[in-house]
Amino acid sequence: MMKRKNRLRCSGILLAAALTAGICGCGAKTGENGESGASVQGAASGDKTLVVFNYGDYIDKETIRMFEEETGIQVEYEQYVTPEDMYTKYQAGAIPYDLICTSDYMIEKMISAGQVKKLDKSAMQYYDNLDPTYLKFCEAFDPGNEYAVPYFWGTVGICYNTELVDEKVDSWSILWDKKYTDEIIMENSMRDAFLVPLKLDGLSLNTTKPGDLNRALDQLKEQKSIVMAYMVDESRDAMIAGDAALGVIYSGDATAAIDANDRLAYVVPKEGSNIWFDCWFLPDSCQHEENALKFIDFMNREDIAAMNFDYVYYGTPNKAVYDKLDEETKADQTVFPSEEALSHCEVYSYLGAEMEEYYNRLWKELKAY
Amino acid sequence: MKSKRICLTAPYLVWSVGFIVLPLVIVLVYGLTNDNGNLTLANLAAIADPIHLSALGQSLLIAFGSTAISLIVCYPLAYILSRSHQSSRLVIMLFVLPMWINFMLRILALQMVLANTGIINTVLGFFGIPAQHLLYNRRAILIGMTYDYLPFMLLPLYNAMCRIDRDLIDAAADLGAGRFVIFRKIVLPLSMPGVISGIIMVFIPSISEFAIADILGGSKILLIGNVIEQEFSLTNNWHLGSGLSVVLMIFIFISMAIMNRRGESEVQAL
Amino acid sequence: MRSRGQKILERIYVVLIFLLMYMPIFILIVCSFNASKARSVWGGFTLNWYVSMFQDPDVMAAVRTSLLLTTSAAVIATVLGTLACVGMTVASRRFKKVLMSVTNIPMLNADIVTGIAIMLLFVRFWRLGFASMLAAHVTLGVPYVILNVMPKIEGMNQSTYEAALDLGATPAYAFRKIIIPDILPGILSGFLLAFTISLDDFVVTYFTKGAGINTISTMIYQQVRRGINPEMYALSTILFLLILLVLWAVNRIQAVQEGNGRRKEAAR
Repeated sequence: MMKRKNRLRCSGILLAAALTAGICGCGAKTGENGESGASVQGAASGDKTLVVFNYGDYIDKETIRMFEEETGIQVEYEQYVTPEDMYTKYQAGAIPYDLICTSDYMIEKMISAGQVKKLDKSAMQYYDNLDPTYLKFCEAFDPGNEYAVPYFWGTVGICYNTELVDEKVDSWSILWDKKYTDEIIMENSMRDAFLVPLKLDGLSLNTTKPGDLNRALDQLKEQKSIVMAYMVDESRDAMIAGDAALGVIYSGDATAAIDANDRLAYVVPKEGSNIWFDCWFLPDSCQHEENALKFIDFMNREDIAAMNFDYVYYGTPNKAVYDKLDEETKADQTVFPSEEALSHCEVYSYLGAEMEEYYNRLWKELKAY
Repeated sequence: MKSKRICLTAPYLVWSVGFIVLPLVIVLVYGLTNDNGNLTLANLAAIADPIHLSALGQSLLIAFGSTAISLIVCYPLAYILSRSHQSSRLVIMLFVLPMWINFMLRILALQMVLANTGIINTVLGFFGIPAQHLLYNRRAILIGMTYDYLPFMLLPLYNAMCRIDRDLIDAAADLGAGRFVIFRKIVLPLSMPGVISGIIMVFIPSISEFAIADILGGSKILLIGNVIEQEFSLTNNWHLGSGLSVVLMIFIFISMAIMNRRGESEVQAL
Repeated sequence: MRSRGQKILERIYVVLIFLLMYMPIFILIVCSFNASKARSVWGGFTLNWYVSMFQDPDVMAAVRTSLLLTTSAAVIATVLGTLACVGMTVASRRFKKVLMSVTNIPMLNADIVTGIAIMLLFVRFWRLGFASMLAAHVTLGVPYVILNVMPKIEGMNQSTYEAALDLGATPAYAFRKIIIPDILPGILSGFLLAFTISLDDFVVTYFTKGAGINTISTMIYQQVRRGINPEMYALSTILFLLILLVLWAVNRIQAVQEGNGRRKEAAR
């Protein structure tokens, strides 16, 4: 009995030791991660670290490595799925982000809440690589380009399967054609779904008139019976598989889809659409301003921007990169739509908390319909 | 001696206060206040909104459905497996194993099974049956939830049935009880704790589920989980999201209490 | 006792459900050999994803974090949950009821509510890092342990334990020799489910993780927007096969041990 008990105790101690070792092991490991995290927290600007927050898989990782090598700055790279996820985590203040890349309307919201720092453009050597045309678009949410530096841009349009759709696709109205019952994919996000009827009616996608929005809701409700599904990212795969004939998707997804299935095509409808920008900006939690500016500038450098363009393959606002592209790429209407098409496109602007709530309400009504 | 034994609950007690009750208090505080920090019941009352009520209804319907289906599917399965002596534990593990593949990948793969151009429709097409629209409706959500929660029903059922003494059944049979009587009088009551555990583990999480509805249901059906998720992540209205969560919690507690009383009386009736 | 026909029917039933459960898994395994990045197009056979996966330091780091996090969370949850269950057998009905209700909370709250609440807690009192993830995962796992162990304990014959004590066994000894073996299947199931829940969780992990830390799950979700990297299918396939192997080995060892035990007993 005694013996047994000893053995029990021994095994208990062993187990405890193993556990502690395990926990210490993990402690040591997080130490590595956490150490830089900790030093980030209590840091002065002279520190050689930088906490970057970006969309998932939205950069050629090699460029981060090159940046670290050239500047000696250690990058903590964090990723998120939607701008709303990003905002929730940013707002909690748990991690002091130095540099964030996100979409236009979210940046405008944060600017209006005073959560964005002004950029010191004089510290950026390669800012002039950016195409003034796109900077002008950005003024819609960032007047004077004081806060944000565009990283990639794109449009919202219709991706269609030429095997299943015989007619010419150039208008949003085709999305109400009963011929395509259960073959239509709509965007599963409020603004992108509402832009379709709004633009079809010749209205601005930034309209705040309840009458306009209610009419758009009625149109969407009417459409719901012939919609196969509301999707965000899965739409790309559904289009590739040939599960649907028509889909409202982002130009970036369209490029990837056409790449995998050459019977697909993409069009920005003649009534116009949304042009969106993902931009870098410095949130007020930024503690390493100098490093963050260095990073943005590095992203604007021609060779780096070209690497990221090759990797992400969304529209680049970098003129230096664009000018060196071969004619075939420049002519790719999916990535770079014609000026005529772009002239009907609008950038989303943040409509204020009240409108946000109103939209949310309409969206729920559509989904519950 | 007994008082010593109750100390064993202490670590969990401390833990639950720290990581369950305290976060719950945070949720309550959000749910009972508005943006200006004033006390309000509006966030709780918001459940009466027709949209929210219909979302709750849909959620209940689907949660009931998937719980019922997984119970119907798993009960015989657990019974069969608990009766077969040869390495049934391994077989049980094999049924849990698919869950170790990431949820997202699993559901996306299930989408590929059910898609218009998916495996099932390809097989049907082979036999000359026209393609079925299996995805993006309520049925697809039911299939997905059942698929996802099946092991949570199977394990407790199996464990409960393994505990049933075989001699008891044999004795009953020797005394002339028919198969149905044996099932009704012995197997069913003795497996009740497992049934209740299984129902709790399937029903409760499936009420607040939303990702499956988004991917397999094509986001065409609004569930209460979608509403709460949307309030938190999309509109940043944590107050409303918390309020609805609290209502949902109260609601579930009541239904659990009813079910537990039922379950207890069944066990006591033994 | 059972007829042959019934046995065959039972077999068919088990195999049928088994096939349904494994169909999606089979698809993923096929995808891991697909040269095309798109799931629905077959671009030819390749082993490249398996090679590139091992060369990707981010993937390897995520695997390490996941395994460490999930294993420690499941172990802690199992210990906490089992102790609580054993303790609760002597508790008053009232106490038990309250504790059981509290236990259900993490399960019934939408993940996003649990995740944000725990995040706020850590932001307020500490900081986000491995510890906050671990705490969140343990919290997610404990209810499943308790729900699996509790029915076992309730069904247990308490008098054996009392008898052992009367015969002079220390409580610890009686606990180890009588209670544990009796409820072991429940503990194992609980551990298994806690492990599963932790391995699978995305939402709670996302909100409670510190900067730059990734689990397999957060990594996959972040890729959804731009298309899932088939390395993830390769990784899942390898993990799946590994677990299968371990399972089979454990089962063999058990079978051999049982066989030995029986032989020894027979020899005696």
